[in-house]
Amino acid sequence: MAFARESSIVFRRQIRMNLRNPAWVLIGIMQPVLYLLLFGPLLEPLVSSFGVSTDNAYTFLVPGLLVQLGLFGAFFAGFGLIGEWREGVVEAERVTPASRTALLVGRLMRDVLQLFVQAVILVGLGYLMGMRGPIGGIVLGIIITLIVGGACAAASNALALTTKSEDVMAPVINIVMMPVLLLSGILLPMTIGPEWLQNLANLMPFKYIVDGVRDAFAGSFGTSSVLWGTVWAVVLAALGTWWGTATFRKENA
Amino acid sequence: MITARGLVQTFHTGRGKNAKEVRAVEGVDLDVAEGEVVGFLGPNGAGKTTTLRMLTTLLRPTAGTATVAGYDVVAEPVQVRRSIGYVSQVGAAFSGAYAGDEVVDHGMLYGMSRADAVRRGQELFERLQLDGLWKRMPRNMSGGQKRRLDVVMGLIHDPTLVFLDEPTTGLDPQARANLWQHIEGLRSTHGATVFLTTHYLDEADVLADRILIIDQGRIVAADTPDNLKAQVAGDLVDLEVADAAHVAVAAEKLGAIAESVERDERRVRGRVARAGRAVPGLLRELEAVGVTLDAIEVARPTLDDVFLTLTGRTLRDAESGEGDKEEVA
Repeated sequence: MAFARESSIVFRRQIRMNLRNPAWVLIGIMQPVLYLLLFGPLLEPLVSSFGVSTDNAYTFLVPGLLVQLGLFGAFFAGFGLIGEWREGVVEAERVTPASRTALLVGRLMRDVLQLFVQAVILVGLGYLMGMRGPIGGIVLGIIITLIVGGACAAASNALALTTKSEDVMAPVINIVMMPVLLLSGILLPMTIGPEWLQNLANLMPFKYIVDGVRDAFAGSFGTSSVLWGTVWAVVLAALGTWWGTATFRKENA
Repeated sequence: MITARGLVQTFHTGRGKNAKEVRAVEGVDLDVAEGEVVGFLGPNGAGKTTTLRMLTTLLRPTAGTATVAGYDVVAEPVQVRRSIGYVSQVGAAFSGAYAGDEVVDHGMLYGMSRADAVRRGQELFERLQLDGLWKRMPRNMSGGQKRRLDVVMGLIHDPTLVFLDEPTTGLDPQARANLWQHIEGLRSTHGATVFLTTHYLDEADVLADRILIIDQGRIVAADTPDNLKAQVAGDLVDLEVADAAHVAVAAEKLGAIAESVERDERRVRGRVARAGRAVPGLLRELEAVGVTLDAIEVARPTLDDVFLTLTGRTLRDAESGEGDKEEVA
């Protein structure tokens, strides 16, 4: 009870500050929208040769962009926390009796809500471009994305409190994100690559999540991809939340 | 109100070959009674903030125990947090949020209802002369207003014990004097016990009933400002002779009533017990032997002298030498 109350106090405070600066929500979604508009047309003649569960270029691309949005958008969530830490906000919150986990969860609720708004915009735009899929599959795909996004946001907040510097955090995120982006099959399916590349991609949890969301959008709920994508999303969320809470709890933060 | 025994804080910096153990606080004992205003004085890097962070549950002591407002800081941190207010060095309100919103949210994190937090917040805004700034962002406030806002946030839940970390650092003299009044008011109108750190001697002198001096992670003295100053042997008498040839004579005469006389080209100085009584006689003697003075200065001991007596260094030397010890601000 106290936990829910404290989380919602932190959440409302964050949302209030975000609404004062709504430009960030739009800037965050610019990247996937540009991919959709400028990269999507290139896929149209190719997608039937991919051997994936759909031959609609947008039904193929939107799920990948959704996961990308979840990854990138959420990974930048921590930058705001560095500013708050520098101004003493984190310390002031830690000196109250509020649960340390609530301080993190309130912020994650903001990140997930923001991601949800962006996801709806992206899916709506995809639909206008010609994406088709069963509503249940789209909902499932968005839910998996939100779970992954929450995990990444938690990790990002943890990274922010660990590095305490935008200058350190930005390159770390870049180093992590480049292989994730290239090996997850977000833009092109890994199945068209050579075997060694596929083997490498098989080590990347996010690949299973992209495959899972993609199958969900295509209406194939029963596939092992959907199962493994969901499992990985939940595992990552648990790890991210654990790490994030640990840093908020850590006396030195 | 506060009892600490053998508090130690060790930080580990660097990795591998550069790994180094830094002992920021090495065995601090301190006691603060209810209703006291205690100044925690020491150079930057002496361990003030680190000690404060251990007492406010932000940092777990490496060793030692502390009881704050009746609760153990390690075993019962939530109860400690409920009982204390903490005004940190860096502030507490986000620069881009409305001051009133930040205060109310902060109060609600202490479990207050929104209505209570608003009422108490507005009351405090008035008391700390922030009326009309409820909807102002801290980035548009003056340094003094911002500090007072931090104090409001620290007091929102009506704590009986208030910790202030370097409350006036970076403020102009007027804002400082103003904040001093409010800090004095914490006890007189609010009945709070106050524990404040400072590296300003005058601040400790003005505000504190009792001063704890910390140097290199250890408490080197704890007493009232007057008693501390009384430890310094006498007032400083500084004479400047008109004729350099008279320095030796002046030094001899001063030496008759003073300890450890120092001299240079035209000046002699030494510490004289009860200078007010001794100096007129000295002047008559100097006049009798024909020594003319250009200047005479008699200074009561300051806390800086106390620090010098206790540690063999002035506060300023200590700051330049030990600046990097306290990394966690």
